[in-house]
Amino acid sequence: MNLHEIQTGLAKGKFTLKTIVRNYLNTIEKNKDLNVFITLFNKGTIDRAEEIDSKTKTGKAGKLAGCIVSVKDVIAVKDKPLTCGSKILSNFISLYNATAIERLTEEDAIIIGKVNCDEFAMGSSNEHSYFGATKNPVDKERVPGGSSGASAVSVATDMCNISLGSETGGSVRQPASFCGVTGLKVTYGRISRYGLVAFASSFDSIGIFAKSNYDIAKVLEVIAGYDEKDSTSVLNPVDNYSELLNNKFKSGEIIFGYPKEYFTEGINEDILKGIQHKIELVKKAGFEVKEISLPHSEYVIQTYYILTSAEASSNLERYDGIRYGYRAGNEDSNLNDMYINTRSEGFGDEVKRRIMLGTYVLSAGYYDEYYKKAQKARRLIVKDFENAFKEVDYIITPTTPNTAFKIGEKIDNPLSMYLNDIFTASANLAGVPAISIPAGFDRNGLPFGIQIIGKKFNEAGLLRICDFL
Amino acid sequence: MPVSSEDVNKISKLAKLKFSEDEKKKLQNDMSRIIDYMDKINELDLSNVEPLENINETENVFRDDKKKETISREEALKNAPSKTDIFFKVPKVIKK
Repeated sequence: MNLHEIQTGLAKGKFTLKTIVRNYLNTIEKNKDLNVFITLFNKGTIDRAEEIDSKTKTGKAGKLAGCIVSVKDVIAVKDKPLTCGSKILSNFISLYNATAIERLTEEDAIIIGKVNCDEFAMGSSNEHSYFGATKNPVDKERVPGGSSGASAVSVATDMCNISLGSETGGSVRQPASFCGVTGLKVTYGRISRYGLVAFASSFDSIGIFAKSNYDIAKVLEVIAGYDEKDSTSVLNPVDNYSELLNNKFKSGEIIFGYPKEYFTEGINEDILKGIQHKIELVKKAGFEVKEISLPHSEYVIQTYYILTSAEASSNLERYDGIRYGYRAGNEDSNLNDMYINTRSEGFGDEVKRRIMLGTYVLSAGYYDEYYKKAQKARRLIVKDFENAFKEVDYIITPTTPNTAFKIGEKIDNPLSMYLNDIFTASANLAGVPAISIPAGFDRNGLPFGIQIIGKKFNEAGLLRICDFL
Repeated sequence: MPVSSEDVNKISKLAKLKFSEDEKKKLQNDMSRIIDYMDKINELDLSNVEPLENINETENVFRDDKKKETISREEALKNAPSKTDIFFKVPKVIKK
């Protein structure tokens, strides 16, 4: 059932929200072995459902009554734990709501709990969590992708109907692809980052998972928009995304491009075939599809990892064991030792590796060599997209070069893990919106997605395309 | 460019992190491989390219400088690992 069907059912009294929530809680309980939730709100959730059920009876329920949302544990929910999948925040309780959470709950969406993720959203497999790896429901020996892996799993297995995740380089689209659900990364600044724990601030954005594009549209029109608490959120008006879904594209109205650099060696054969099949469908629907070039594609991963590691090392300086979080040692420790021990015991291996890399590329002698150069390369990548969007309206690529890999397969090889972002990180570098839509299964039955990248602030177009892909 | 063991020591000091000898070796190896991979951006001619710092190239965002209630002192101290009634407590900084 999508949100429209749920809301119609609620209004007609066919079922209650309390029953829906109970069902989701049962599913969560039955699938505990997937290790999806870090904190479950349980009782509070049922009480909220009862409240909203009585509001529905008097016609006073909010626009998102019927939305049951899991939240990646890097987004703040007031008075609830906010762990970021890290030991260093394992006892932290959030003092406030993220703006996205505030807007969701005002419209009667129910937050069902906080879900697992790679520590501080750094990873592509959900294995880098202090709370253990989350498993892919299609094959429990495989990863769900990351860093918002558990968000994707929660939607794929019907533990909720919406999940909020976060993206820095593909952390919503890649797990959406690995788990067979739809995942949207919005234009940089479209959704307020207030209450989203910072990883790489010039890249980070909140993303939305669901099984239906209608549900994503409904949620997006509530949470998108300017917020004075985030000075990088933008003033551009918010579209009525769910209404716009009724406008079907006319044949010939839009042009698609596929970047030749994204269709080279190293892509899983079944994915390649699946995407080519989708391209044929687009053509049959009456749209032109042409080859384009994003000439700096081969520099995406380098640019992305230099800049995000640098920003991460700076953002994570705040974890010093003074005002909040884990603290090592006792009152007699030396202050500097306390800082060092707190951070060394509190952070996991991948986070430490990124802090080290980031500190390296920002340190004297290397700043111009790496950081400054990467900022320049980022401009070239942005220009690639600007040029491409003069020729076409949408860009089609595979979301990932492979389907879900085995747990443990890449954990000891950070570079091969980083290459998972090869098709997704460019949209974050350019700040443009992109969506991963389920596109099929490989010969082992593992799902994969097709990625559509759009022009800035054209989330509506991406959501409309889901209807014919 | 290979990352040396001196680099690892220097960077870990700056980052306020410490590692065992085994961890250092693994880190040196990982960082060398990653930096080596990143060195590819040196192929690009970037001499006439301006660095990009703000993706939406937005202007300064101003607001009135008015006092507002954000969080109370009690709330601010809630998550502190060590505190007195009204202060965050830290290890002794000034020695006797």
